[in-house]
Amino acid sequence: MADGVGVDLDNVWIRFGDFVAVRDANVHIDGGDFFSFLGPSGCGKTTILRAISGFLDPSEGRVLIGGNDMAGIGPNKRPTALIFQNLALFPLMKVWENITFSMEVTGASASERRKRADELLDMIALDGQGDKLPSELSGGQKQRVAIARALCAQPDVLLLNEPLSALDLKLRQHMRTDLREIQKRVGITFIYITHDQGEALTMSDHVAVMRAGVIDQIGSGHDVYDQPATPFEASFVGENNVFRGVIDAVKGNEALIRTNRSGDLRAQITPSAVGTLKVGDEAMMFVRPEALSLVNGTGSEPMTTITANVINEEFEGNSYSVFLEGDGGKEIKMSLPNVGQERVSSKGSNLTLKYDAANAVVMPTGELASE
Amino acid sequence: MKKPMIFSQFFRNNGAFLGSVMMFLVGFWIIVLILLPQLSMLDFSFRFNLPPAEMGGPKDVYTLHNYKYLIYGAEAREGTYNTVDLMVFMRTILAAIGVTIADLILCYPLAYYLGQSKNAGFVRLLVVLLIIPYWINEILRAFALRIIFGDAGIINEFMMWTHLTREPIDFIRANIALYAGLGYAYILLMLFPMYNVIESLDRNQIEAARDMGASWIRIHRRIVIPHAKPGISSGATMVFMLSAGALAAPQILGGPSSLWFTQLVYQWFNNSLNWQQGSAYAIVLLVTSIAIVLTFMRIFKVNMGDIGK
Amino acid sequence: MKSNPLFGRLALGLYLLIFFGYLLGPLVVMSMTAFNSSGFPSVSPWACFTFEWFDVLFKDERILNSIKNSFMVGFGTVILSVAIGLAASLVLTQVWARFRSTYYTIIIAPILIPGVVLGISTLVFWDRVSRLLGPGTDAFLHNGLFLTILGQSTFIASYTMLVFVARLQRFDPGLTEAALDLGATHTQAFRKILLPFMRPAIASASVLAFLASFENYNTRPSPSAVTRP
Repeated sequence: MADGVGVDLDNVWIRFGDFVAVRDANVHIDGGDFFSFLGPSGCGKTTILRAISGFLDPSEGRVLIGGNDMAGIGPNKRPTALIFQNLALFPLMKVWENITFSMEVTGASASERRKRADELLDMIALDGQGDKLPSELSGGQKQRVAIARALCAQPDVLLLNEPLSALDLKLRQHMRTDLREIQKRVGITFIYITHDQGEALTMSDHVAVMRAGVIDQIGSGHDVYDQPATPFEASFVGENNVFRGVIDAVKGNEALIRTNRSGDLRAQITPSAVGTLKVGDEAMMFVRPEALSLVNGTGSEPMTTITANVINEEFEGNSYSVFLEGDGGKEIKMSLPNVGQERVSSKGSNLTLKYDAANAVVMPTGELASE
Repeated sequence: MKKPMIFSQFFRNNGAFLGSVMMFLVGFWIIVLILLPQLSMLDFSFRFNLPPAEMGGPKDVYTLHNYKYLIYGAEAREGTYNTVDLMVFMRTILAAIGVTIADLILCYPLAYYLGQSKNAGFVRLLVVLLIIPYWINEILRAFALRIIFGDAGIINEFMMWTHLTREPIDFIRANIALYAGLGYAYILLMLFPMYNVIESLDRNQIEAARDMGASWIRIHRRIVIPHAKPGISSGATMVFMLSAGALAAPQILGGPSSLWFTQLVYQWFNNSLNWQQGSAYAIVLLVTSIAIVLTFMRIFKVNMGDIGK
Repeated sequence: MKSNPLFGRLALGLYLLIFFGYLLGPLVVMSMTAFNSSGFPSVSPWACFTFEWFDVLFKDERILNSIKNSFMVGFGTVILSVAIGLAASLVLTQVWARFRSTYYTIIIAPILIPGVVLGISTLVFWDRVSRLLGPGTDAFLHNGLFLTILGQSTFIASYTMLVFVARLQRFDPGLTEAALDLGATHTQAFRKILLPFMRPAIASASVLAFLASFENYNTRPSPSAVTRP
């Protein structure tokens, strides 16, 4: 995994006129990593991808691939291959011609290309489909042809721009595994952008969460999910329950927050705020729906207990989602696995929930991801 | 400096070779073929008609002589006007406007029908029928109309046969033939832009209006026409400019009293060999037509970018 | 206000009849006169059916010569106007947004400028140029065919440009980017991706250009004007 070409963004700013699309991005991507940029539409992730692939130049800063500054080097000279969102397969060429296009431009003979195409078709499980036109393929098949075409160019870095967004759910899940496998097999660096955090978490070694041109946090899937650095992260990546309040006490990396409706609650301070979060700061505490559970009878520690009235309950198939009255109009969501019970709660009843302090995280107050 | 940035970006996007080729072709076209000749003509219009020997010599100065000629005639005496030429000019412009309006009224219903019709096959057939006549050379078409409108032509024969008239009506002298001919020549140019635009109008809007009880007049006035404005202005501009600048129809269909301004220009060039005078006339025609078109575009609030099929 | 649907259809039918009668009538008449043997082109009185006139056509040398010239001019015009139109349409898609309107106005102008004016200005200009360059280049620049090709291409290129712009609107620029990304040079991307896509447009533009050139007359400088004293 250590083999492979790394990518670095050094103080990269990208501006379009007065609009700042990417603000001071500093990222190091290891060679051979599966790295994702995750964020809502318009956050600048596509812009970064185009800057890495060479279709635009940063206004400030440098893009380095394998340690080499890519300034002034056009997209056709960079060791990158891009998989477009709409795939951009050449409609007038057959599948095998599409796949081996990168060989055609270097003057390889038709027979060489045909041979290589057959190999790649085999790898993506489309043997014998080489003579079809892209229009004759299904969405998933086109997807694989695009990947084969990019891999044929033997890039050091493969860039993928939300490639799965056009596929249906089952196919998407299948492709996630496929992509991950291909990456492990081929061993090259994958840079993947998406707004779907499920994808980012399943496939990546590391994730960078972006918002409005700024990279909020970079870390492994666990880091980003369990220890979000900002309220945006906490609410964008997965679902989360928020409790607002003021810090009452700080001890090491734990804090006590006096919440607006649930009294004092205990939580871990998110690593990036340890040492800076102080008593009296306005703060937000986050607990994941799956970290909440029902209290049965016997009391539990008051500082990890929440009581609320049930508004609604939804059956999701593999789980139950219980929605309770929360802070200032927001709902608290609790997720319980379906182990055969008929239902979990009744509307209007008052429930007592508990959580493990290690699973709750508190941080300075900030902007949440919009609904 | 913004300019150099644009050029370097252009070459970056297209490659050095392709970029140069494109720049060269487009530059050649715009500068050498479009702008410079017009400027040359403009320049010529301000000069005297000198034999080649005297060109570049002391007599070769700038002058308004040619323009004065248009207004005042050969004597350049204040007080008398070049009524003949001025009348021709006025008539050309007014007739062109008239033809444009006539074509507009004539084509609008058909454009609307084609654009909104649900019967795609029939529409296609009509479109083919519309295009066929235009494969025939403009001159031949004009001649055909001459035959139809002539003293012994079909229309007269028919009318006399049915005893509507006793003698042949001289359509040609009355310029009716000419106007019909001009209207005929540019129907497609009026029709297709309007058809294109109307086709893009969502039928549901019209049905919603009908549903709310709007009369047809109101529907057209408030919904269809505003939407069709780019097409209408596109068509009207083309018909007007081409009518004002037409040469074949007037030559062939015009009666003795209906000289067209373009014919004057042609005469100056080919018969009198007075290129300078011809240029001046041409410039006057060009500038006036453009001024009229721009004025109308201002009045009806249309942009230049709307023109095009 | 509900109008009688039958009346509506009658009115429509009548309108269509008149419209197409106006449009196609001259065509029919023209075709018929070609076969009428009377000396003056007419349909009535009808003398007798004959192919005589076609025979004369094919034997008249002047006509044959001018047809040959028209073909030559046609080919030259097709090549020049298709090349220019294609380049202009590509530039249009890339030109800076602020200039786009002005640029478009300039390249659409040739269609609107009266043909006579175009022909005259071409003559005047190239006369000037040949005067500047001195004798010797005279023959080439005064060559009627050369001037005609230039004059015609000036406005025919506007038409081809419109055809190409329409086709380009359906082109996915991502395709060119994909080609570049896979290592193609710009020229290769142009040749392998854009040109094949434009082929139908190039074909129809060429046909359009040829027909427009062939039937065009008023940008053709007359011999007397060209051989200036």
